[in-house]
Amino acid sequence: MSLLSRWHALLREQAPVAIATVIEGPGASFGGKLLVTPDDHEGSAGDEDLDRAIVEAARGLLEGGKTETRHFGPRGQRRMEDVAVFIQSFAPPPKMYVFGAIDFASAVARIGKFLGYRVIVCDARAVFATRERFPSADEVVVAWPDEFLKTAEVDHRSIICVLTHDPKFDVPVLKAALDTPAGYIGAMGSRRTHNNRTARLKEEGVSDEQLERISSPIGLDIGSRTPEETAVAIAAEIIAFRTGHAGGRLAERSGPIHTPDPDVADSPDAEDAKRDAGRDARREAAGAARDAR
Amino acid sequence: MNPVVDKVASWSEEGKKAALATVVKVERSGPLGPGTSMAISEDGQVVGSVSGGCVEPAVYEEAMAAIESGTPKLLSYGISDDEAFGVGLTCGGIIHIFVERVDW
Repeated sequence: MSLLSRWHALLREQAPVAIATVIEGPGASFGGKLLVTPDDHEGSAGDEDLDRAIVEAARGLLEGGKTETRHFGPRGQRRMEDVAVFIQSFAPPPKMYVFGAIDFASAVARIGKFLGYRVIVCDARAVFATRERFPSADEVVVAWPDEFLKTAEVDHRSIICVLTHDPKFDVPVLKAALDTPAGYIGAMGSRRTHNNRTARLKEEGVSDEQLERISSPIGLDIGSRTPEETAVAIAAEIIAFRTGHAGGRLAERSGPIHTPDPDVADSPDAEDAKRDAGRDARREAAGAARDAR
Repeated sequence: MNPVVDKVASWSEEGKKAALATVVKVERSGPLGPGTSMAISEDGQVVGSVSGGCVEPAVYEEAMAAIESGTPKLLSYGISDDEAFGVGLTCGGIIHIFVERVDW
């Protein structure tokens, strides 16, 4: 089986795979290609030691779903720059857990799919948690949300949206969510629901620091009303949270639109972009202070 | 599924030669990040893209050359903010693209 057909098969199975390509380097290694999975690898950059270093780097990046260029010496040495290897991770799609099988959940499941998540909808009520109501979800699970979440696979790329806004469900599931490394935890509800829920979580021993991990009320403030509009607000917050952007109108700011994706490093320019972003933020803060006066 | 790899695999099954062009680095502002790719078959079919549309014709030529020679190449396209409008690239910046024949 060629490297290409193996790569293709792994992508089809949604199995994790990294592809490493020597994009700069001495004659023999240049253009070398390796396919790396958590368990094995194939292909070569022309030197056993270099291959070993590339495979090790690729496995590390693959674990975090990251794509970047790494540098090595001609025999895989660290702190040398002769060989540049572009390592691209093809990690399985991140997961989005949606709790509460309400109308809003249907819209959130749809936009989650649109963004490339593997969407899992969970509700304890069998009448609501049906395939028919959530055709776009990858899985629809009838279970108590907190019990389900305790056994579910959650990593730092996972999204947890708690839309039940019923304290009977959302307090336990949020507590379970805080025990996971999830990258984003959001909880829906009015200001009153939010205050009530916060008080109950505190009674249950959740610290202020932990509470800060929960985006509540969920979503960016764009004046959403319908389930679809609300889903857009939630999706926008999820993106902004991952990229570290504040949200707001591009028309009202200056500086670069695209900053490096946190999962795709392209240093040293990443540093430039950070500096630019910082300058913009400072400029905006100064503007806001002026407006306040 | 990755549509570019999908297509390249089907070309390969048909016995067609192909080249893969992958964005490996983007300096300053660019719409598509590292890992974005485009593939070109020997009979001129194209799948995917590497920019907002302005460097594709140049990459196409390089890909055809790579299919012929088998020699990979690291290309850089730099467009200043002022020139960007003229050539139709939506953002200023420099993109680095690795072009290789698919023979692995």
